[in-house]
Parts: sequence; structure tokens; C-alpha cells
Amino acid sequence: MGEAVSLSRQHEVARALRAFLPQRAVLFDEEDTRPYECDGLTAYRQLPMVVALPETEQQVQRVLITCSKLGVPVVPRGAGTGLSGGALPPGDGVLLSMAKFMRVLRVDARARVAVVQPGVRNAVISEVAAPHGLYYAPDPSSQIACTIGGNVAENSGGVHCLKYGLTLHNVLRLRGFTIEGEPLEVGSEAPDAPGLDLLALAIGSEGMLFVVTEVSVKLLPKPQCARVIMASFDDVDKAGNAVAAVIAAGIIPAGLEMMDRPATRAVEEFVSAGYDLEAAAILLCESDGSAAEVEHEIARMEAVLAAAGAVRLAVSRDEAERLRFWSGRKAAFPAVGRISPDYYCMDGTIPRKRLGEVLNFIAEMEKKYRLRCPNVFHAGDGNLHPLILFDANNAEELERTERFAGEVLEKCVAVGGTITGEHGVGVEKINQMCAQFGSAELELFHAVKRAFDPQGLLNPGKAVPTLARCSEYGRMHVRGGALPHAELPRF
Amino acid sequence: MTLAALQERIRSAVARKTPLRLRGGGSKDFYGNAPRGELLDTRAYAGIAAYEASELVITARCGTPLAEIERTLEASGQCLPFEPPHFGAATFGGCIAAGLSGPRRASAGALRDFVLGVKLIDGRGELLQFGGQVMKNVAGYDVSRLSAGALGTLGLIAEASLKVLPRPPMELTLRLETDEAGALDAMNRWAGEPLPLSATAWHDGALHVRLSGSDVAVKGAAQRIGGAEVGVTAVFWRALREQTHAFFAGEETLWRLAVPSITPPLALGGRQLIEWGGGLRWIRGDDPQIRDTAKRAGGHATLFRGADKSAGAFAPLTPVVLGLHRRLKDAFDPAGIFNPGRLYPEL
Repeated sequence: MGEAVSLSRQHEVARALRAFLPQRAVLFDEEDTRPYECDGLTAYRQLPMVVALPETEQQVQRVLITCSKLGVPVVPRGAGTGLSGGALPPGDGVLLSMAKFMRVLRVDARARVAVVQPGVRNAVISEVAAPHGLYYAPDPSSQIACTIGGNVAENSGGVHCLKYGLTLHNVLRLRGFTIEGEPLEVGSEAPDAPGLDLLALAIGSEGMLFVVTEVSVKLLPKPQCARVIMASFDDVDKAGNAVAAVIAAGIIPAGLEMMDRPATRAVEEFVSAGYDLEAAAILLCESDGSAAEVEHEIARMEAVLAAAGAVRLAVSRDEAERLRFWSGRKAAFPAVGRISPDYYCMDGTIPRKRLGEVLNFIAEMEKKYRLRCPNVFHAGDGNLHPLILFDANNAEELERTERFAGEVLEKCVAVGGTITGEHGVGVEKINQMCAQFGSAELELFHAVKRAFDPQGLLNPGKAVPTLARCSEYGRMHVRGGALPHAELPRF
Repeated sequence: MTLAALQERIRSAVARKTPLRLRGGGSKDFYGNAPRGELLDTRAYAGIAAYEASELVITARCGTPLAEIERTLEASGQCLPFEPPHFGAATFGGCIAAGLSGPRRASAGALRDFVLGVKLIDGRGELLQFGGQVMKNVAGYDVSRLSAGALGTLGLIAEASLKVLPRPPMELTLRLETDEAGALDAMNRWAGEPLPLSATAWHDGALHVRLSGSDVAVKGAAQRIGGAEVGVTAVFWRALREQTHAFFAGEETLWRLAVPSITPPLALGGRQLIEWGGGLRWIRGDDPQIRDTAKRAGGHATLFRGADKSAGAFAPLTPVVLGLHRRLKDAFDPAGIFNPGRLYPEL
């Protein structure tokens, strides 16, 4: 497409949107659209053709109807903190920013439900619930910035999801519009909505199925007390085995996180969390509940960790110390960002029993690709976040990084895990989807997408690769030596 | 029986344009709209494929008896936290396809919350694999949980992995005398406090509350709640879960109303039993206002057991959502051979 054609298209779309949106809510000058060129995955950038900033549900509906009629791709965006490029704009489409949907519509303390607009930040929900002794459980590390709409799109987790679940387990109902502007509601504030579980299908669908304009979330009573153990290990394998030992003892910690020495050292310089810098790895193991319950559980955890070979155990003495221990874990990404020009964060999830094996594999890859890779992860869930350190200005190093990451993710699949536990596929891991799924599953994903969005306009090209892309990537996972549905056209 | 044999059975049904009635132990034949089609009995495809207690995951084939799953978990001190009803010789696959949860639903979560992955045979006879055995997985759409509770309308769940949890070390049940409004108020109030509630039930002036957890937590909460301790706690909750409790006896129609838990007492005729902290209200009888009343409260009513299901077992969907259901059905089962009409007449 020539430059002139796309300019006229840009004006056509902007004019159509300005027919019902105020001028300042439709952006297309480069200086205005530049801030939207990427999300938290900055390696991929694209200027959107147009940015739309609606404020009301009716405006969202009209944006969608307009785009649907004009055949213009639409990419919804929350705070833009996503790590997989799910909100990477379409060069030929509209970036639909939900940033103005910032209202908390209802906090019903008695029903333990909050109804919020999608642009409300994750941490705000717990803040407005706090006066009632309630909170919203999923706490991704980016919780001060990320929005509930983005959490719904990615099915975000956090450090407490081993015990309290993911976004999926804590969202009751969504309201929104299909790309054709049809209003719909999925889920319910009553249990078990009738029909197929479209709520489960929508959560984690990366903005590919419909646009969310309202979210009902479950609020939980805040535990009276919480304490965390910092356990030091002189060997990473032992730390991995200790994780399995805690679970095998019948304990479900409120949080169970692991960091290796390169990660604790980077963090300690940044926030002084009080970590044991001599340990090869540390575990943070939290208990919450009533004071008596916590005391009892902490004692049991300490016994299991000591038996699993912990060389040092420190238990938080008060809330300030507990928050300090967690501050390091929560600041791990920015801390690593200080010791390297760039880092590449992976998100594979594996069965807990394979932790040691996969960590050793990552250590081998560090040598093979001559790149450093500190590890921080949600050990209780087996969700790894290895951070490959590199310099994006060095094209050769970026290319090595991507191959390193690709090998690690495929290792995760090989040991029975997945390429992404909570960050989403987006554009980043789209090639690895070809390793995780066969063509029959990918075809079905496309069919699910078409059921909601027949024209393929919502967030196109994300999350699910075309079969053509997989065969180019050379990782088509063919079962039984034959492609299914040989009669179908390959897109 | 092998997976290949199941796939072949499905392909042959497609070729013969013969609808299939997917069925495990037949314990939930009464549930949903009337089953029809040629019987495909899944019980021959059975067995626990993988279970390691420290992974908190069990993977089993669809025909495995649910009782065998629970015995296996119990031997390792674990359980299915959503406490599924059996209603007879239930199978693992049937349990997931029906998507029903028991007394612990309000505190532990629903069946679908524990689904981690499925192997599904679609309406082309294709074996598809979604999710897996890990706790967190956001690769691809969540088809595993979509197939839970779909009553077999999207495909045959050949194998599934569920998250399991340790059994609570201690359980205790308290009984309090209170009227319906008092019970609803208390259940909602307690649910907002950090108490180890694991089940609640009100019927005929008596509120039963089950506490599960560590010794200290349960004893502390029992003091807070008050009432009298009931002797054999498991028997009462099993009778509720399996609907062998006297409330469920007889031929009268049984409605299951799911409503927001704070919904005030419903102005409906018929006997009533409340569970799930107020979120689930069982009603006997044929009050014509039942569906409207549930809808007005922000919930929905299911005709759970009854001789006449001409009103449809499940609450009607909005046209937009029904349209999505139809298109999803076409995506999974283009020939429309799986359990036609069981969920909605249009599917």
C-alpha cells in the first residue's frame, strides 16, 4: 500500500470517528500517536494509524461499529504494561485506548463484589475495598500501573495466586461489545452462569474476542496477619526440591517465590531488601490467616524447609520487614533493568518437579549463547521468569537472545509445561505457539475467534499463529505425519 | 478401549449423520434437557493416567469412576476441592462435562476453577489437546474450561487434568437456630470475615456451618460463630451433596436458583433449602414465577429435576450470547452430532 493511500485511509477513519468523538479523543498526528507505539515489550514498535480515546460505553460501541463497517483493525489497550506485545498497535488500524474508563462503579461490601471500569488500576480495587476489610487478590508485580481490563485480557497472576488464584478465579462478570457493536454480558454475580462458560473463554483471550467495558470482581476478606520466611539454599536444585517438599507436606503457602543469586544481587543493590547474598538461591514462603494460624503454619514451613536443606531461615518479625522481603521480589524486573541495557523476560511454566532440570538447562544456554540470565519466579506455580540480559543496540545480541528464549520456551513445552503462564502470547511468543499446539488446535482457535469476530478485525495477528506462519517457522507440530483437513485453505 | 477407537466411533457417526449421546455412568441422565442419540458409553476408556501429590494435579481418562479418583486422592491426603456430587456411579468425564460443584463451591471455587487441561475429541473425530498439567497457562484460548459444564455439546472429553488440594486437617460443623433472613444475613457477614468457612446450608429454621482448616483456625472460628457442634459432620454434607437429604425426597419439581448471595428471601411458594452462603437456593414445586424471580434478582433458575422439562432445563440466553453459542458449536461440532439439544434446543 502506498503512502498516499494510507494517508487518505487515515483521514477517512479519523473523520468517521470524529463524527461522534470529540476532536481531542481521536489522534493521528505522529507526535500524538507516538506514546502508543508499544506496550511493555518495547522491542516491537508500530505507530497506530489512529488512536481513539472513548469515554462512554456508547462511544466504544460506535467506534466498533464504525471500524467494523470500514473493515479497520482495532486493538484495545489498557495501561500498556503488558509484556508480550498484546497491545502492539495496528499500522493500518485503530488503537482503542480504554484509559478513560477509570471509574469504580460500585463496591458492595456485603456481597463482596466490586464493579469497575476496565481502565481502573489493579491496586486501586484493593484500595477502595480496604475500608471494608476486603481486597482483590491477584497482584501482578505491575499492579500499581496495570489495569483490570488488561488483567482480564491476559489472565494475570501475581505472587499470591498459588493460594488465591488468577484473574480467572476472581472475576465474576464482564460486560462489553463485539466488534460489530453488539452488547453482551458473560458470567454473572450469581454463581455458575447458564450456558457455555464464555467468561472463562474471554479471560486471557488477549483482546481477540470482544471489547470489555465493565468488570465485576470478587473481593476477599483480608487475612488478619501474614508473615514470610526467607530460606537460603547453597544449591539451586535443593531450593527447587524444597518447593515440592512444602507442597507435598500439605501446605499451600500464600506465596512461594524463588530468586537465584544473580537476581538477589541485582535486587539488593536496588532496594536493600535484606536478602542473603551468599545463598545460591532464596525462597520466599508466606503464610497468612489468623495470628495463631500463621504461627502454627510458619513453624511447619520452617521444619520442611530445614529438612529440605535450607542453610538459613529468617522469618519476618513485623509487617515492615515482610513488605521489605517482598519489595525485592516485586522490584526484580526494574532492578535487573539497572544492570543491563535491556532484558528479555520469559514466562514459561513447568511441572514443579522439573524445576531443577530446567534451571540447569537455562545455565547451559547461558554458556551456549554467552548471555547472562538471572532467574526470579513463582516457584509454587512452576512459573519461571528467566531474564536474559542483552543490549538491543547490538542486533547480533538481540538475535542470540531470541534464540536463547526460544530454546528455553520449547524446553518448557518438552517437559510438559507451557510457553506462557501469565504474560500472554501477544506477538512475542507467537512462533512458540507452533511448538505447543498442533495444526488442529490452532485451526480450532481460529474458528473460536471467527465465532466472535468473523472479519478478524480485533487485535489481528496476535496470540494465535496462522498455519502458514508455523510452516515458515519450521516448527509445525504435525501429529501422525499428516496435516489434518488437507482440504482447507491455509491462511 | 483406545482413543483411536473413540475417534473412529465419532467419525463413523458423522459419516452416518447419526447424533451421539455421550454418557459415562448415566448418573446425571436427569440433568439438562432430555438426552438423545445413539449411546456412546465412555466407561471402557478408563484409568488414572498420572497423579503425583506434590504436583497437585490428577490426570485421568473420562471413564474412570469418580469414586476411584476420590479414593486415590484420599490415600495421599488430597481431595477435589469443589466436592462434586456423584448422584450414582459417576465418571470423571461426566463430572467435568456436567460442571456441577458441591457444598464447598462458595469458598473453594467451582469445578471449572480446577480444570487445567483436557484432551477433547471434536466433531470431526480430531483429538485436540488444550491446557495441560501446570497451574498457570495462558497459551491459546481457554478451551479446557469452556468444555467443562458444556454437557458434552462441544466434544468428548477423553482425558482431563484437574488441580487438587490437600484435605483440610480438621472439620467441624455447627448448627444454629435462625429464620431465613437471619441466616442470609449471618452467612454474608461471615463470608466477609477471614474465617475458614467451607460450607453453609439453611433449611427449615436451622443453619449449618462447616469450618475446615487447621486446628487453631477452626476452633477460633467456632467460638466466633457460636451454635452447637454437630456430631458426624461428613454425613450431613454428603446427604446435601448427593441430594439424599429429606428435602430432596419425593417427585415434586426441583429448581436450582443461582442468585447473588445477598439476595433477600425470595417471594416464592414451595419449600426451600439454601446453600453457598445464599448464592444457591433449591426450591421444590412449580411456582410459575421462578425464572422471572431469579432473573430479577440478577441470577438464573435451572429446572434441575422434574417430569416436565418443556420449559427448557436452563435459563434462556440473550440473542447475542445464543448466537455465539451456535457459532462455537459449529466450530467444534460442525455436523451437530454431540448431545443435540441437551444444553439448549438450538445446539
